[in-house]
Amino acid sequence: MEASNIVFSDKPVIVSYDGTWYGLLTAVFDAYSKKWNVSGFSVLDRESQSDFFAEKVIVVTDELKSQRVWLGLKKKIPKENCIQLYRCYLSEFQGIELTIFSCIKFYFSGFDSPHLAYGNPDVLKINQTSKMVYREKHRMEAFVRFQRTADDLYYAGIEPDFNVIPLLNEHFAERYADQNWLIYDIKRKYGIYYDQDKVEEITLDFSNDAGTKTSVKDVFHDSETLYQELWQNYFKNVNIPSRRNIKLHVQHVPKRYWKHLIEKK
Amino acid sequence: MSERLHEKLEILADAAKYDVSCSSSGSKRKNHNKGLGEATGSGICHTYTEDGRCVSLLKILLTNHCIFDCAYCVTRKSNDIKRAAFTVQEVVDLTMNFYRRNYIEGLFLSSGIFKNADYTMERLVSVAKKLRTENKFNGYIHLKTIPGASDELMHEAGLWADRLSVNIEIPTESGLKLLAPDKNIKDMIEPMTYLKKEIIRTKEESKIFKSAPLFAPAGQSTQMIIGASGESDKDIMHTANKFYKGFNLKRVYYSGYVPISNDNRLPGIGSAVPVLRENRLYQTDWLMRFYGFHVQELLNDQFPNLDPEIDPKLSWALRNMSFFPVDVNTADLQLILRVPGIGVQSAQKIVGARRFNKLGWDHLKKIGIALNRAKYFITCNSPITDRKDYTEAKIRQFILNESRSKFLTNGGQQYSLFG
Repeated sequence: MEASNIVFSDKPVIVSYDGTWYGLLTAVFDAYSKKWNVSGFSVLDRESQSDFFAEKVIVVTDELKSQRVWLGLKKKIPKENCIQLYRCYLSEFQGIELTIFSCIKFYFSGFDSPHLAYGNPDVLKINQTSKMVYREKHRMEAFVRFQRTADDLYYAGIEPDFNVIPLLNEHFAERYADQNWLIYDIKRKYGIYYDQDKVEEITLDFSNDAGTKTSVKDVFHDSETLYQELWQNYFKNVNIPSRRNIKLHVQHVPKRYWKHLIEKK
Repeated sequence: MSERLHEKLEILADAAKYDVSCSSSGSKRKNHNKGLGEATGSGICHTYTEDGRCVSLLKILLTNHCIFDCAYCVTRKSNDIKRAAFTVQEVVDLTMNFYRRNYIEGLFLSSGIFKNADYTMERLVSVAKKLRTENKFNGYIHLKTIPGASDELMHEAGLWADRLSVNIEIPTESGLKLLAPDKNIKDMIEPMTYLKKEIIRTKEESKIFKSAPLFAPAGQSTQMIIGASGESDKDIMHTANKFYKGFNLKRVYYSGYVPISNDNRLPGIGSAVPVLRENRLYQTDWLMRFYGFHVQELLNDQFPNLDPEIDPKLSWALRNMSFFPVDVNTADLQLILRVPGIGVQSAQKIVGARRFNKLGWDHLKKIGIALNRAKYFITCNSPITDRKDYTEAKIRQFILNESRSKFLTNGGQQYSLFG
């Protein structure tokens, strides 16, 4: 079936966008203003299940349109609830775009304080998903472990369940204002770098480094090992063995995060 | 050099761990000078120990040399243990370097009392001052205030620290006399009174002058040891209530006594730590602070101890069946908060959501209410399926049966040691 951006009937459509947040908001704008009967969203260049009965429309990202949706939302619901929608987008859950779209439609439907309608399945779903993403962001604020390199960069590799890097810069830039740092999402292959002035999104190509720096000792600052050991030692000594409760421990520090935690190595 | 530092850290972290507070929330210190750190948020637990406790601060003693001989304390004078002391610079370096690596939210510094109260307090204050001024550190600092320290030092401590605390440790005066003969209640109450006044005064000032310096912005807290002096739950919670009401304390902590000696005034080595009791006390504390319960409703002469089998809210509900059922679609927030199985957030969600449509079991379940407990105490838009006129004993039985397995796996080991 040929993709186009003109829909003639109320036939179900799959809206194809570029995978960015602005792209999704643009898609919401088009779908809402043109009253499309949306059956799903797909990301351009990414394989997706084809729906034989639905027509595919391609939406071109338009910052103005996305701004109109965002500003419109801000008039209807508190800022926190707007951010909830963004967090849901970062969950990367299959089909979450459709929930975001339905929820935004409901927010625009004229009810007073529509964000409090926890009885509405879309509102509830957005709340719950946003909470999961927020929890992951909070976990990363807790579990990032910087290692000081020989050239005075504080580096941390992370592998979060959701794409939370965009939610982290504010916290870390405010807190670590007087050191250069880099937080890198190893799974999604991009990170944020701070040079004591601004935060930038970066991607790294590790393949070139292979062979040039062979030993970990060359990479890290002289004091790094000392402080890692002191931290491990501290962690061991604040434990009270007679209160041992591994179940609770693992509940708070799930095993999948251990490989990046100095104290659990 | 690094070996000695390791040894000091072992000794002085080990000695500090019985202080349960690890909170790093409630302050409002910004990174105003492009230095290191901030303490504005709700606090972060950077990791959890194997006993399941939050690690948010570098919690250490400056020294474990002590002139006091409190029976319940590892660092007491008469205990034959290794002693150590950090230099001010060592504590500063540890704090800065741990913080830079995102291990901690800040420092919780306490100390054994060496020479006298003022001498000790002065050293604690100088660590905080050095961090704030020379190192531009804006992370969280919790200082222990030493009973009997002078007002001048207390004032300075408040200027650098986010939170200050004096541990009352023993909830009754008679218990304190028996177990901590060197301490007196007056020396502990006086600094609390002074700090309370200062915190109120500086808060008023900051309303007039925006640039007024912060003074212990995260307030004061205290700790009581549970199960060391034969006190009742009523003794503990009524004392806690006095501290909340009389001294505006932000938090009271309850620390189940961990046996550290065979002193016959105390539970001996090998006795179980009363973790379940501790948990019930925290639940009671929450009911007092966030659910609008008065301490007298939960613990009084008729019911001086909490029920270990069920939580204090359910326990209260079963004693006050005339209060129920509450209709979640019409009742005030304050009433909904009293329903077992409904937390603060769920209660607020109910009040928000019911404007759109009447709520039934299904909605309530999705909102996150523990229906297995709540269903006996509420009515909603769904037909009544499981709410006949059960007696309180019957309801208790139903709820216990349903949560039996969980209760046994969690508390079983501890339970057998109770008897």
